[in-house]
Amino acid sequence: MSVEFDRKIHDTLADANLQLAVYTATGRLKDKRIQVTAAGVLPDYQELRTQANAIKKHVIDNLDHYLEEFERNVESHGGKVVYCKDATDVSDFVLDLAKRRGSRLIVKSKSMTTEEVDLNERLAHHGLESVETDLGEYILQLAHERPYHIVAPALHKTRYDVADLFTKELGVARETVPEKLTLIARGVLREKFLKADIGISGANFLIADSGAVAIIENEGNVRLTTSAPKIHIAVAGIEKVIPRAQDLAVFLKLLARSATGQLVSVYTSFLAGPRRAGEVDGPEEFYVVLLDNGRTKLLPDRSKRESLYCIRCGACLNACPVYRKIGGHSFPWVYSGPIGAIITPQFMGVSHEPGLPFASSLCGACGEVCPVKIDIPKILLELRGDVRKSEAREGLNRIEKLAFRIFAWVMTHPRIYEMAGRMAASIAPTGDGKWIRSVPAPMSVGPLKAWLSERDMPPLPPKSFREMWRNR
Amino acid sequence: MGKRVSLFVTCMVDQLFPKVGMAMADVLERLGYRVDFPEEQTCCGQPAYNSGYHAEARIVARHFLKTFEASEAIVVPSGSCTAMVTHHFKDLFTKEPETLALVHAMEKKVHEFATFLTDVAGVEDVGARMDDVVTFHDGCHALRELGIQSAPRRLLARVKGLELREMVPSEECCGFGGTFAVKFAELSGAMARTKIDAIVGTGANTVVSLDPSCLMQIQGALSRAGLHVRTMHLAEVLASR
Ligand code: SF4
Repeated sequence: MSVEFDRKIHDTLADANLQLAVYTATGRLKDKRIQVTAAGVLPDYQELRTQANAIKKHVIDNLDHYLEEFERNVESHGGKVVYCKDATDVSDFVLDLAKRRGSRLIVKSKSMTTEEVDLNERLAHHGLESVETDLGEYILQLAHERPYHIVAPALHKTRYDVADLFTKELGVARETVPEKLTLIARGVLREKFLKADIGISGANFLIADSGAVAIIENEGNVRLTTSAPKIHIAVAGIEKVIPRAQDLAVFLKLLARSATGQLVSVYTSFLAGPRRAGEVDGPEEFYVVLLDNGRTKLLPDRSKRESLYCIRCGACLNACPVYRKIGGHSFPWVYSGPIGAIITPQFMGVSHEPGLPFASSLCGACGEVCPVKIDIPKILLELRGDVRKSEAREGLNRIEKLAFRIFAWVMTHPRIYEMAGRMAASIAPTGDGKWIRSVPAPMSVGPLKAWLSERDMPPLPPKSFREMWRNR
Repeated sequence: MGKRVSLFVTCMVDQLFPKVGMAMADVLERLGYRVDFPEEQTCCGQPAYNSGYHAEARIVARHFLKTFEASEAIVVPSGSCTAMVTHHFKDLFTKEPETLALVHAMEKKVHEFATFLTDVAGVEDVGARMDDVVTFHDGCHALRELGIQSAPRRLLARVKGLELREMVPSEECCGFGGTFAVKFAELSGAMARTKIDAIVGTGANTVVSLDPSCLMQIQGALSRAGLHVRTMHLAEVLASR
């Protein structure tokens, strides 16, 4: 584990206000999800999950086919599909287009994919202003922070935090009522929408048979982002494609419920190409950027490529007892929580943060709530194996490796195992049968020290089970 | 003569909580089973597997398969160790068809203690009595991998003098997670404290679970916080009279 990861976890745990804010906000989302997926409310919930998993499996197994179909259909509507290998490809495309069209201002709706490629920073670096229009994202842009949560990006901010931020950054009088804060943001953003040359959005689904992009949202800013400016660019990971529009019958039921506990989101937009003759609104140019950025690396691995089924609902974050304690910013990349823990090592390489797949008690709450049934705990276990293989190649972590070789040897030699156990019992403090708070300094090392840093330990019994069994 | 069952007490019960194993044997014998304890047994290999040392886990798993090959039914006082055998061994041997066949045969024979009683022995009332208010902690692997939720509650409901008060939420992880508990000690401790808040909220005197590892974590945190709530394995409750 890197020092930085360790420090961020520690800092978050030590911040009582943050702990409360995150635990409460995720708890609310978690409870709402449970209510709207209960058997009495959605009897076919488990069946829908099975279907969603089957559709995603089919798509990922035939990704090339569906991407080609999607591309053909987008182009038949007059749109254009742009394949991008990585972050530079995406920013180069946007910068080049902006330059050719003389664009200066960009409005953006919420998109984790653009976060993944640091699009705002890259554009700003070349003098292009790119403004987030989702309220949560706008707050974070003002605060110069990354999303804390893939669905609720400013989940860690209280309204008082936002009030302070708006006063400082926008020079407005301090308001703490959420509705008033929203009105302030809306006032600023309306101006931007009217002036913007380009709108950049994400995408929830790319529908192959109709060449359309589906986006769900609650604020209405996606509608403005994708229709007010002359140019619309949708940025999406290649795994977002689904075969048919009718598959949405499955996904739309699951997505809003899993994400926010709503039965359905406020707006569902379908965008299929630029404005056609006779239409009153819509952009003049329509592009879909399809991003790889490491995704194709997952395809050869039959079980781990399940990670690409994700519809970014965030349910696994809200259910995760680790995320609820360490929050979103402790994670080493833009994707946090259980989904972040499985895709970060796969997109960025396991050595990006070798501790990440181990930061889990493997409780399985994530897999239980995942609407597309990704077996997250199992993938974590596989990634742990991958970390060890990479360490072995680089000659790292030799002592632990040795310890586990000894473990395996002892556990296959019952006599030695018994002797070792009794030896430990003979030197361990007995605590007079009570739980032990501390051990003498020379013994207080490694795992024992770590255990005792938080909890008492049991006194070792005078006889092991096997001794008791023999003597009974 | 009753049917035979073998105990796999797990390394943790063997070394740290032998009373749990004795209680389990007691309950099974009372129900008429002939209980044996294959002496070659050690561990299921989960610590190595969860730490990413798959080759080492495989070595220990093979030892387990050999030790229990001749047993007809194996009862385990741990949801987590049961799940290691019934849900994870197969992933260790995907490239060894012969061992995989042994694994699949083993999966059918290995039973977590509570579900062995309700589903195999077909009993809910084991004739236990314990005058106490208890709360039940769902171990994550028992709950989510083995799908065990009602069996322990049905067994507890038949214990005379016992009142069960559910904690909210009962299914949230205690933060143990094997080596996670020491690799991420501070985080694991924070999770345990959330758990004990839920426990204390019920006013129960005793926390019952199917997993000695969860109980060690919970008792360790309770004891550190100076709280006088005790922990008991379900087998110990059912052995009380
Ligand atoms: S992994 Fe599953 S639960 Fe987590 S965000 Fe993706 S779809 Fe949602």
